[in-house]
Amino acid sequence: MNRNIERLYNGLWKENPTFVLMLGMCPTLAVTTSAINGIGMGLSTTVVLVLSNMMISALRNLIPDRVRMPAFIVVVASFVTMVQFLMQGFLPTLYEALGIYIPLIVVNCIILGRAESYASKNPVIPSMFDGIGMGLGFTVGLTFIGVVREILGAGSAFNVAIPALDNYHIALFGLAPGAFIVLGFLVAVMNVIRRKMEEKGKPLPAVQGCLAGDCAGCSLSTACTGKSLTHHVDELPPVNPAEVAKPTANEMEVKQTANAKNSEDVEKSGSDSSYADDDIVGKEDK
Amino acid sequence: MSYVTGLILLLVSSAIVNNVVLSQFLGLCPFLGVSKRVETAAGMGGAVIFVITIASFVTSVIYKFILAPTGFEYMQTIVFILVIAALVQFVEMFLKKSVKSLYESLGVYLPLITTNCAVLGTAINNVTNNYDILESVINGVGIAVGFTIAIVIMAGIREKIEYNDIPETFKGSAIVLLTAGLMAMAFLGFSGVI
Repeated sequence: MNRNIERLYNGLWKENPTFVLMLGMCPTLAVTTSAINGIGMGLSTTVVLVLSNMMISALRNLIPDRVRMPAFIVVVASFVTMVQFLMQGFLPTLYEALGIYIPLIVVNCIILGRAESYASKNPVIPSMFDGIGMGLGFTVGLTFIGVVREILGAGSAFNVAIPALDNYHIALFGLAPGAFIVLGFLVAVMNVIRRKMEEKGKPLPAVQGCLAGDCAGCSLSTACTGKSLTHHVDELPPVNPAEVAKPTANEMEVKQTANAKNSEDVEKSGSDSSYADDDIVGKEDK
Repeated sequence: MSYVTGLILLLVSSAIVNNVVLSQFLGLCPFLGVSKRVETAAGMGGAVIFVITIASFVTSVIYKFILAPTGFEYMQTIVFILVIAALVQFVEMFLKKSVKSLYESLGVYLPLITTNCAVLGTAINNVTNNYDILESVINGVGIAVGFTIAIVIMAGIREKIEYNDIPETFKGSAIVLLTAGLMAMAFLGFSGVI
């Protein structure tokens, strides 16, 4: 049970996909024009993530290592299609608002990233909790950015107008430039927090994916083609040795159970993945 | 409005007015990751034009002649993502074997493109808007050219930013995102054109 709660905490706080890992930036920028859209996108991603994590984890011993990426993609794409039709049927307004970004959940780094680094190496229940944690962390991130943009851009929060802001909102924040600017400031704030935490000796996990200036951080690119772009990977911030060397008691336990149950899997997928992001995640997850 | 005028308007609107990066937020990864130097940015742009054009054609043909007649439209997401992944691999192998010079200039960028949501986005976009095959290809070319314009401008600006004294906190991706915000603001100016 401890392990499941640790997974939730990990997704919501310690490795929050939006704030800490900075993954899945396409939807983060595109759909956060309002808080409601943020929640909608976050929850649909969560549903897909939980279901695909469970399915991939259940099939992890059946899927041959060499074709795992195409297999993951098919699983994820199937669930995305289901979610898409359910939304079209039951939440038509949200479906309209999110538009093309629903099918694009397939290429969201978070989903394939979790499949590759966690679900494909761990049993079903922890994978489910991992999906819930990461998904809710993503939802919280999107909702937060959505609220900020809605307050600045439309003077309302969750579609409720704030009377004090009647004459003081800047429509630009609801449009494309606002998304970039809000995210830019968010990254800057996170840079400050990151530095403060490092001074305290408790560094945050490294930024992965696009904002690390590295597309190879996304599992899909390397795993699909079996190639890594070393000149990009070199630029990734190094793993902090202090953090890896001293895992908490809780993490130790996770490590041991995971290794004992399917050390073969872990080793197999660990050895042939050549990109740096896997190493960073892997060290904590294995 | 004749068919040809429509095509030209479609090209301009997908390249500039609805710029794929700056107003649709697709293909952000390479836009932020591969925009440090103009040369690499242009290389990436070239590879994206190449792949998106072929991918729009292939996915649109598959949709029109396989998925639509058999009533499997709901399979589009799965089919498109697999087709695109296979296509990128195939293009890479083909270039490596037969067009060596092109492979040397674009080869490095091809693996990156599979992840690019702009490719899948274009394919889905073509289907949602009911474009015929020619329109799909034109839309694809437009989107890819728009991507190239955005990434090359961004790389040009970033080469200059290197020499600027920006606050420590904003170094790295923060300043790039703010720059992108300003570029998006400039591109908003095109929204009245068509």
